Amino acid sequence: MARLSRDEIRSIVIDCVSEIAPEADFDALKPERPWREQLEIDSFDFQNLLAAIETRAGVTVPEMDYAKLALFDEMLDYLEARQAA
Amino acid sequence: MEIIRKSAPASRAAVLGDYDAIRVSFDWRGVRSSLDGLPGDGLNIAHEALDRHVAAGHGDRVAMRWLGRSGERRLISYAALSAASARFANTLSALGVARGDTVFVLAGRIPELYVAILGALKHGCVVSPLFSAFGPEPIATRIGIGQGRVLVTTTSLYRRKVAPVRDGLDCLSHVLVVRDDDEPELPAGTLELGPLLDAASPEYAIAATAPEDPALLHFTSGTTGKPKGALHVHEAVVAHLATGRFALDLDAADVFWCTADPGWVTGMSYGIIAPLVIGATLVVDEAEFDAERWYRILEDEGVSVWYTAPTAIRMMMRGGTTGARAHRFDNLRFIASVGEPLNPQAVTWGVEAFGLPIHDNWWQSETGGIMIANYAAMDIRPGSMGKPLPGIDAAIVRHLPGGGVEPVTEPDVEGELALRKGWPSMFRAYLHEDERYAKCFVGDWYLTGDLARRDADGYFWFVGRADDVIKSAGHLIGPFEVESALMEHPAVAEAGVIGKPDPTVGEVVKAFVALKPGFEASEALRRELLGFARKRLGPAVAPKEIDIQASLPKTRSGKIMRRLLKARELGLPEGDTSTLEQSS
Repeated sequence: MARLSRDEIRSIVIDCVSEIAPEADFDALKPERPWREQLEIDSFDFQNLLAAIETRAGVTVPEMDYAKLALFDEMLDYLEARQAA
Repeated sequence: MEIIRKSAPASRAAVLGDYDAIRVSFDWRGVRSSLDGLPGDGLNIAHEALDRHVAAGHGDRVAMRWLGRSGERRLISYAALSAASARFANTLSALGVARGDTVFVLAGRIPELYVAILGALKHGCVVSPLFSAFGPEPIATRIGIGQGRVLVTTTSLYRRKVAPVRDGLDCLSHVLVVRDDDEPELPAGTLELGPLLDAASPEYAIAATAPEDPALLHFTSGTTGKPKGALHVHEAVVAHLATGRFALDLDAADVFWCTADPGWVTGMSYGIIAPLVIGATLVVDEAEFDAERWYRILEDEGVSVWYTAPTAIRMMMRGGTTGARAHRFDNLRFIASVGEPLNPQAVTWGVEAFGLPIHDNWWQSETGGIMIANYAAMDIRPGSMGKPLPGIDAAIVRHLPGGGVEPVTEPDVEGELALRKGWPSMFRAYLHEDERYAKCFVGDWYLTGDLARRDADGYFWFVGRADDVIKSAGHLIGPFEVESALMEHPAVAEAGVIGKPDPTVGEVVKAFVALKPGFEASEALRRELLGFARKRLGPAVAPKEIDIQASLPKTRSGKIMRRLLKARELGLPEGDTSTLEQSS
C-alpha cells in the first residue's frame, strides 16, 4: 500500500468515525481534550473503528498503544508514523 | 469443561470457608448487628460506609485511590471523604433540599461524584445514578420518572446532554456542576459545586434514616414501556456488607478495584458502598477501558480483589496472555465478574493470564446485591453462575395453571430463576408502578425474568432471558426505549429492536425500521437514522446497526414481532407465526 499523506489519513479516520457515529461534529472537536469522550465513541465503537482503519489504511494498532490515541491529533500522528513500521 | 478445584489452604483463608456450614448458620440479623446503626433504630448507608470508620479511629486509612485519566493519582482518606460528603450534605441543606428528595448524579468517575453520592445519602436523599454515556432522552426520562430535585453533573455533560432537555424538567430545582471545560461562563441555570462545598461545614449530623427509608434508585429496562425505577432502602447496606465479604472475599486490608461505572448498580453497590462499609481501599480509574492501562493498574496499585465484567475480559482475551504476563500481580488473590454469563474459556483464561480463575456471579438491579456466586473456597464449574449466597434461597420455578409457581426439585430442568423474597437489598418498589412491581412476585417468590437451570450439585446455569430485554456489555437495554426514539424521526413508520449476539459484548442493539411513504431507503438515510438515535440515546443505548426494510413482521393486532426479527437475523426457524399478520 502506498504511503498515505497526513490529509489522507485524516480523511480516512473521519470517514471511519462517521460510519460508526454519523452525528460526529469534527468542527466542534476541542483538540486539547480526549476526542473519544467528545464524540461518544465507547470501547465497542473504538474496537470497530480500529478494525475499519486497519482495513482502509493498512495500519494495525496494538492494544499497548491505545493510550497514544487519546487526542485526535495524537492519533493522526501515531497512524502516520506507524505506516512506516 | 473441567472443574477448577480449590485447595484446602485456600478454603481456610477465605471469608466463606465452608459454604454449607455457613449457609445453615447464617442470619441477616447477625450482619445487621455488626453495623453501627443510628440512634432510634436508624440506619444510614453513608454512616456505615464512612463515619463509622472515622469514629473508630480509622479516619487516616485510604478510602479511595483515584487515578485520573492523564496520570494524576490522588489518595482520599476515610476522614477526608467523610468531611467532603458532609460538605455536600450541608450544601443540600443550605439549598433547601429535603430528606427524601431525589438527587441524580451524571458524571464520569471523578471524585466529586463519590462525594455527592455519599453526601446525598447522609442528608437522607434518594440517590439515582445516570450513566454518562446516556444521551439526553434517557437522561430526561429517568429524571422525570424519579422527579429529580437536584442534578450533579459536569459543565460539558450539562451542555451536551441536559441543556437540550432542561425545559421539560420542571422538577429540577438545582443543577450543581463541576467545571470540566474551558468555557468562561457556567451554563445558565447551574451552580458551581466547588465553591459551594468550600463554603460548607465539614461537620454534618447524619439524618437518622430508618432502615426502610428509600436510599437508592436504579433504573432498569423492561420489554415494554418506560424504564423502571427500582427503589432500594438503607437496609440494603446489610446485604452489601455480607455479599461483599462472601462473594468478593473482601476485608478491610484489601485494595479493591471494581471496574463498573457508578452509573449502574454494580458500580454503586460494589464500586462504592460494599468496599467502604467493609473498610477496604477502593481503586477508581477515571479512564475508559484500555487493556494495557488495566494491567498496569492491577500491578502498580497492588490490587488484591478485582471485580470486572465479561466484556472487558473478552476484550483483554483478544490480545492473548502476553499483555498480562508482562506484568506481575503479586497481590492479586481473587477475581470476580458480573454482567452476563462468563464463558468457560474466559474463566480459564484468567488462570493463564493472572494465575487465578475468574469467579462469575449473578444478580440484577432489583436484587441490589450479588445473589448467586462462585466463591474463593468453592470449586468452579466454568460457565456456571455458582450457588446462592448465605441468606438467599434460589430456585428454578415452574409456572402453574392458575398463576402460581412451584420450585422444580429435579435437577437440570430449565425454568425461570426465582428468589425467596425478603433479603435486605431486595427492591421495595418500581417507582410509581405498583402493578409492575406486584407482577414480579408470586407467593413467596421474586421472579427474576431470567431462565436458568440448577444441576444435581446445586450449581446454577444461566440459559437466557424470558423476555425481549437486550443485554449489551452487561447493561440491560429496553427495546421500547430505542424504538420510541427512532419513531421520532420523520422518515420512520415502524421500528423493531433486538439484541444481536456478539462475541465481545454479549448482544449489540440492532434496529429494523420501515419507512413512511415518500421516503426511500438509502445509505444516507441509514446513517442519518444512526446519528439521530445516537444523539438522542447516547452510545450506551443507541443501536449499533440499523437495517431499513420494506415492512416489519407484525401480529394481527399490529404489534411488531421482535422474536421473528431476531430469528430471521440469526437464520433460525421462525417458530410459531400463527399470529403473524399476512401482508396484503
